[in-house]
Amino acid sequence: MADLRINLAGIKSPNPFWLASAPPTNSGYQVQRAFDAGWGGAVWKTLGDPILNVSSRFAAIDFNGQRVAGFNNIELITDRPLDVNLKEIYETKKRFPNHAIIASLMVEPKQEKWHEIVKRVEDVGVDGLELNFGCPHGMAERGMGSASGQVPALVERQTYWVKEVAKTPVIVKLTPNITDITATAEAACNGGADAISMINTINSLMGVDLDSWNTIPHVAGKGAHGGYCGPAVKPIALNMVAECARHAHINVPISGIGGISNWQDAVEFMLMGATGVQICTAAMHHGFRIVEDMIDGLNNYLDGKRLKSVSEIIGKSVPRYSDWGNLDLNYNIVAKINNEVCINCNKCHIACEDTSHQCIDMLTDENGLSYLKVREEDCVGCNLCSIVCPVDGAIDMVEAHRELPPMTWNERQTALSLATECKIDSSK
Amino acid sequence: MEKIQRVSYTNLERNFQEVELPLTNQEAWEESNRCLYCYDAPCIKACPTGIDIPTFIKKIASGNMLGSAKTIMSANPVGASCARVCPTEELCEGACVLNHSTKPIMIGMLQRHSTDWAIKNEQTLFEPGLSNGKSVAIVGGGPAGLSAARELARLGYEVTIYEAADKAGGLNTYGIVSFRLPQSISYWEVEQVEKLNVAIKTNTRVGKDVSVKDLLKGFDCIVLAAGMAHVPHLGIEGEELEGVYDAIEFVKSTKSGSLTKDFVGKRAVVIGAGNTAIDGATCSIRLGAENVKILYRRSEEEMTAYDFEYEFAKQDGVEFRWLTAPVRIIGDEHGKVTGIECIKMKLGEAGQDGRRRPLPIEGSEYVIPVDAVIKAIGQTRHLELIEELGLQHDNGVVQVNKETYQTSNPNIYACGDVVFGKGKGDAMVVTAAQQGKQAAYSIHRQFTTVYTGR
Repeated sequence: MADLRINLAGIKSPNPFWLASAPPTNSGYQVQRAFDAGWGGAVWKTLGDPILNVSSRFAAIDFNGQRVAGFNNIELITDRPLDVNLKEIYETKKRFPNHAIIASLMVEPKQEKWHEIVKRVEDVGVDGLELNFGCPHGMAERGMGSASGQVPALVERQTYWVKEVAKTPVIVKLTPNITDITATAEAACNGGADAISMINTINSLMGVDLDSWNTIPHVAGKGAHGGYCGPAVKPIALNMVAECARHAHINVPISGIGGISNWQDAVEFMLMGATGVQICTAAMHHGFRIVEDMIDGLNNYLDGKRLKSVSEIIGKSVPRYSDWGNLDLNYNIVAKINNEVCINCNKCHIACEDTSHQCIDMLTDENGLSYLKVREEDCVGCNLCSIVCPVDGAIDMVEAHRELPPMTWNERQTALSLATECKIDSSK
Repeated sequence: MEKIQRVSYTNLERNFQEVELPLTNQEAWEESNRCLYCYDAPCIKACPTGIDIPTFIKKIASGNMLGSAKTIMSANPVGASCARVCPTEELCEGACVLNHSTKPIMIGMLQRHSTDWAIKNEQTLFEPGLSNGKSVAIVGGGPAGLSAARELARLGYEVTIYEAADKAGGLNTYGIVSFRLPQSISYWEVEQVEKLNVAIKTNTRVGKDVSVKDLLKGFDCIVLAAGMAHVPHLGIEGEELEGVYDAIEFVKSTKSGSLTKDFVGKRAVVIGAGNTAIDGATCSIRLGAENVKILYRRSEEEMTAYDFEYEFAKQDGVEFRWLTAPVRIIGDEHGKVTGIECIKMKLGEAGQDGRRRPLPIEGSEYVIPVDAVIKAIGQTRHLELIEELGLQHDNGVVQVNKETYQTSNPNIYACGDVVFGKGKGDAMVVTAAQQGKQAAYSIHRQFTTVYTGR
């Protein structure tokens, strides 16, 4: 059994799986059920001045028969009085002293407001704070959530205000609704953040009903953009985590969030620099019990790799993530079709023929049987054929013979500029 | 392309290879993602061993194969065999909620996928518990005995299994036809139990090779899981002739050593219409018999074989003669079977078991020319052993407390077919496994209660 404990900027939890601040962490009843099920921590649904919610709040996108590929909500922060939440946090922490409880906070961008709420939640014994600079709907219209999270100066200033009084670690939760997340991440660091978490939800409209022409979801015939999450956002979140992890000026731990549905997703986020992960949609889809396989699967994975602690995987893939200009231009892979596995659907052929590089031929052998063959000299190694192939093992992408030594675009440009300089020298 | 024949007359070995192909990784992945992962799932309740089915399937979907196999095997020590032999449409798959919307999840096949993974990757799934100094003797190394042994060993007991046959595994090793359950699967399950430091003494029959007295004296507790004995006599003329077989022994012979060529081109009849009768019939076909008939004194409706077994037999070309009872077996001057005289039956009033009683139609006798007669009319009990152990029984059915599986001797527990009474549902491998577990837990309760002085 590997050691699954994590320590994220001083916040300790028995495993890296936390529930994200969202409907699943709305009450003490829910968070205690989650801890009973095995979750290592919970970020309490955002506290602030209670709000009013609307009816009809969620929508999901199914993909080819699979439910909840993506999920969207227009629910706001907690609609329960602060006193009630604080009492339940206190009781929950008392029952589960070794689990992490982090209070998510959102107030108006005023120093005294932040000071007040930080003191109140720390008084009931939370292990840390998470500043919600990310919610894209509703609260943003009132200058909070992603509205303040999109302005680096506001992120920095508010983080600073919190750090003026906070005794527990401060995590800043970032919005993905921004061109470059490293800008706000860096601002959070400058404000003194102990950690950052990402991503919050992405602006989204789930759909439009073809018969009623109403938005999905709608509230009495009217809709507003929501926050998008679930498995479909994972690649966006993973990139943002990785960009922050490899950034020279962002040197705080990262709590990874965005479409994590199982232990494999969690491992990917941790390899890309996250110290722990937060999960919501998968729990909303299946209940808190999913954490059992997350723990079991992660443990078996680490045992299989002979790793003693989950902390050993944190950031291990970060050095492999870089700029395009640092990729080797002379590296080649080509597609190989295994005809004994291929079922002749011809999907690779048509994908390549119409939309890529026209290098998969449809041929007929001496017995009159159809088969597909890659003209390797024309294959650019784009992966498209293997992506559309419906059968495991029918197409392999294999390394091709390398004709030239490695050279990146950046190296090439440097070499060219040197050569130009040489020319000038030689003309003298 | 030439269609591959279902049964080969030249390559008998091929006929005894597992019929059902495993799922490919991709099929298993797709099917596992189709599972709804129900909460409070009915499939779990429908499984006699209570395997957490949605969890093991979710683990296939998440790529946690070790976790998946452990989930199955922790609830069912013979879970790899059960993946193949359970009447799933009557159990888990029959209970799947998708029966009401699309089509049920292939739970048995997914269970096989996970356990096959564990077998292929040579996994050791469990560890013995810390020794508690108590010892238990288990009589019989079949599903019930192995299951009890596994759980007791995990609880820290020193366990010795006494097995009369050459190998442990019982029905799974010798009684279920190879083309449904290859012996290697059963051996793996035995090996998993052996890895918990359980001693398995094979070729050791209790009451003969080791005395009952020694067991009673040498162990703190005994679990009787000896199963059933041979097929009873028909009580008709000609039963001693060459070519008359006990179905249990007959199936066993197809799982021990090389296959006989004696059935090629021959005609056989099987008497009885339970699952063992079907096995006898399909084995005969697969040994190359030209014609195989099942004779049953009742009708199709009263037949106790599972539907899928019946279908399988029909696909194999087995013929069924309903309302037909044997009168005598006819032999030639060399003592070899040449025919069987039968009589037509009709159904009368319902008997004590609720089934309509078959009555002979006078003067309807006729002879079917055959080369082999296979008897599959149930199994007798290990009466001698039960009496020697001094246990209360009802016609050889050991009487136990239905919750604890304790017998009339407080230090002897019994489970599996030795406690299986007539007309009490199916004597399934999975039920035996569950009873073995229950007996183990009862034993543990008995000892731990004494320890705490309560």
